[in-house]
Amino acid sequence: MKQFWSFVIKEAKHILRDKRTMLILFGMPVVMMLLFGFAITTDVKNVRTVVVTSQMDHETRQAVERLAQSEYFTIVATAGTPREAERMIRSQKADMAVVFASDFASKKSGLQLIVDGSDPNMAQQWATFATAVLTSAVANSSFFILHSSLLYNPQMKSAYNFVPAIMGMLLMLICAMMTSISIVREKERGTMEVLLVSPVRPLMVIVAKAVPYLVLAFVILIVILLMARYVLGVPLAGSLFWIVMVSILYILLALSLGLLISNVAQTQLVALLLSAMVLLMPVVMLSGMMFPVESMPQVLQWIAAVVPPRYYIEAMRKLMIMGVGIGDVMKEVIVLAAMTAALLAVSLKKFNVRLE
Amino acid sequence: MLRFLIQKEFLQIRRNAFLPRLIVLFPIVIMCVMPWVMQMEVKNIVVDVVDIDHTVESQRLVRQIAASSYFIFGGQKSTYAEAMKDIEKGRADIILEIRDGQYLIAANAVNGTKGSMGSAYLSQIVNEELRMKNGEFATALPTSAAANSSSFIVNSLTLYNKHQNYKLFMIPALLAIVMMLMTGFLPTLNIVGEKESGTIEQINVTPVSKWAFILSKLIPYWLIALFVVTVCLILAWLVYGITPVGSLWLVYALAMLLALFFSSFGLIVSNYSDTMQQAMFVMWFFIVCIMLLSGLFTPTRSMPHWAYLTTYVNPMHYFIDAIRTVFIRGGGFREVAHQLSALIAIGLFMATWAVRSYKKNN
Repeated sequence: MKQFWSFVIKEAKHILRDKRTMLILFGMPVVMMLLFGFAITTDVKNVRTVVVTSQMDHETRQAVERLAQSEYFTIVATAGTPREAERMIRSQKADMAVVFASDFASKKSGLQLIVDGSDPNMAQQWATFATAVLTSAVANSSFFILHSSLLYNPQMKSAYNFVPAIMGMLLMLICAMMTSISIVREKERGTMEVLLVSPVRPLMVIVAKAVPYLVLAFVILIVILLMARYVLGVPLAGSLFWIVMVSILYILLALSLGLLISNVAQTQLVALLLSAMVLLMPVVMLSGMMFPVESMPQVLQWIAAVVPPRYYIEAMRKLMIMGVGIGDVMKEVIVLAAMTAALLAVSLKKFNVRLE
Repeated sequence: MLRFLIQKEFLQIRRNAFLPRLIVLFPIVIMCVMPWVMQMEVKNIVVDVVDIDHTVESQRLVRQIAASSYFIFGGQKSTYAEAMKDIEKGRADIILEIRDGQYLIAANAVNGTKGSMGSAYLSQIVNEELRMKNGEFATALPTSAAANSSSFIVNSLTLYNKHQNYKLFMIPALLAIVMMLMTGFLPTLNIVGEKESGTIEQINVTPVSKWAFILSKLIPYWLIALFVVTVCLILAWLVYGITPVGSLWLVYALAMLLALFFSSFGLIVSNYSDTMQQAMFVMWFFIVCIMLLSGLFTPTRSMPHWAYLTTYVNPMHYFIDAIRTVFIRGGGFREVAHQLSALIAIGLFMATWAVRSYKKNN
């Protein structure tokens, strides 16, 4: 036992000695949380609008006022013709144009919105919002017959969606990538031979490598949860105990993945690229973090089904944001547990006691 | 002298079993798979209906939702609580409750975009029904729900992307991502790999000048970038039928300038790092920050002011703006002159820094 612990302490010292990596490891979740929480939104804001009108009569001015006063649009210029406005949009000096017909005041011709369609989603939102702002009159609540409410996330804060995904990505990064690189680096440097001839069982050497990363991952998990709760205001609606339990299961899964990669890779470069390509890319792309999985073609949806972080992120979303009980995430937990068991079995089987 | 150094670099790349395959396969995989992944279109949303009224109109609405190709009909539930259980289990995304002539749309907004877009589409369908029924127009936007008497008609014309093809929007972005990853990570591992294997000592004792050394490391990656851009453009044309509306040489010029920035940046990180792991992590950190704050995925205009200020020094931001202007909007030299000069300035600054940060004797 004492041998095991001295190995763990050795590994911990290795990690702590590398100040730059530690800085990034702690800085990355903090910066990502700040970015996703405050800087990355698809909110409609500051849409640069050009007003095209040949004359400014009372009606036109009223409509323009309504646009300017709304928080969504900013009037950046007025133009005489639609062609001029189009040129402004092309040189990216504006995002959309509102064209008033010359007999607008007679309420017969209406107006035209010219929208930069490069980003179809945003273009649609701009058109919808502009239409609503321009045509809205004073609300008369007796005409209310259509209500709309957003569950769990009434202010539509995108942080709610990103935080579980960031957790999934960072934990996978630390546990799988760093563990595998650490093991492979020892193989590459030649110090693995020295370790293997020591009286400690080879498996203990590997497990001793994983333990500090487990602790590190746990610390980072706490940092992320604290930041999410206090800085971003993401509610931790579910039971904290189950959140931590499921996260530990996921960490074990990532560690076994790291172990498997380290068995297969011969050089650090290969280990790094394998974990980056096979783990990180699918996590970022297929986990539902940035792009909805339901919109992808069937083939990709099947691939997404075997990516472990997907289940973890789903479970975290339900536990953290929707606040459901452990019963509702049973499916995800079982899948994660099964994956962990399978990966552990395979990596232990393939583990070479001798260096080939 | 320079010629031999460049030859050495190419030999090293070719000798590495993994790298040439990566350089060829990675762009191909990304270009073929990613546009399908990056569908921001919200589809396959499951709607549960709770119809307490059971009138002819409400039933007609239910049938219309069931027949809609956009939504998946989750079934009619007898109570709101029952439908909520579906949402909790993740089996449904939106509930439509019809009670006393009032329509309530409750959308699961954990994913804000999905919730609001699904809710907006559903309210459009409901609005159509109501309008046909009694000429009333009830809007439902998450932030304001007001009825009005619409006094004028609003037409809308969409420029540049007539078919609302999200792929057209994302292909330049993918080009940027592939370029960034290829010309960002590979040079990073280059110098620090030589440091780890010890061969940097041998170069340090030769009379090779700093700028010749750095230049010899930059040039192969520019050539790789050229190759990668060509492959991506050909694939975009072959697989998706998407070609740039503007001039091709502008696309290449912009790509080369971005490659200049990222390879210089990679070399700078490499110069300051001692191990591959360090270099990787630092590079990863900066790449994530640059990518997220550049307007690639989300519009820069929606950012808070402090974040918007960082886009002034973010070369990716200039690149994305310029490449979308050329690719989608068909802009010419005059429209992107501003971005081109910014990219040149930042690129040259980075290259100078790379040369100066390389120390032969530490």
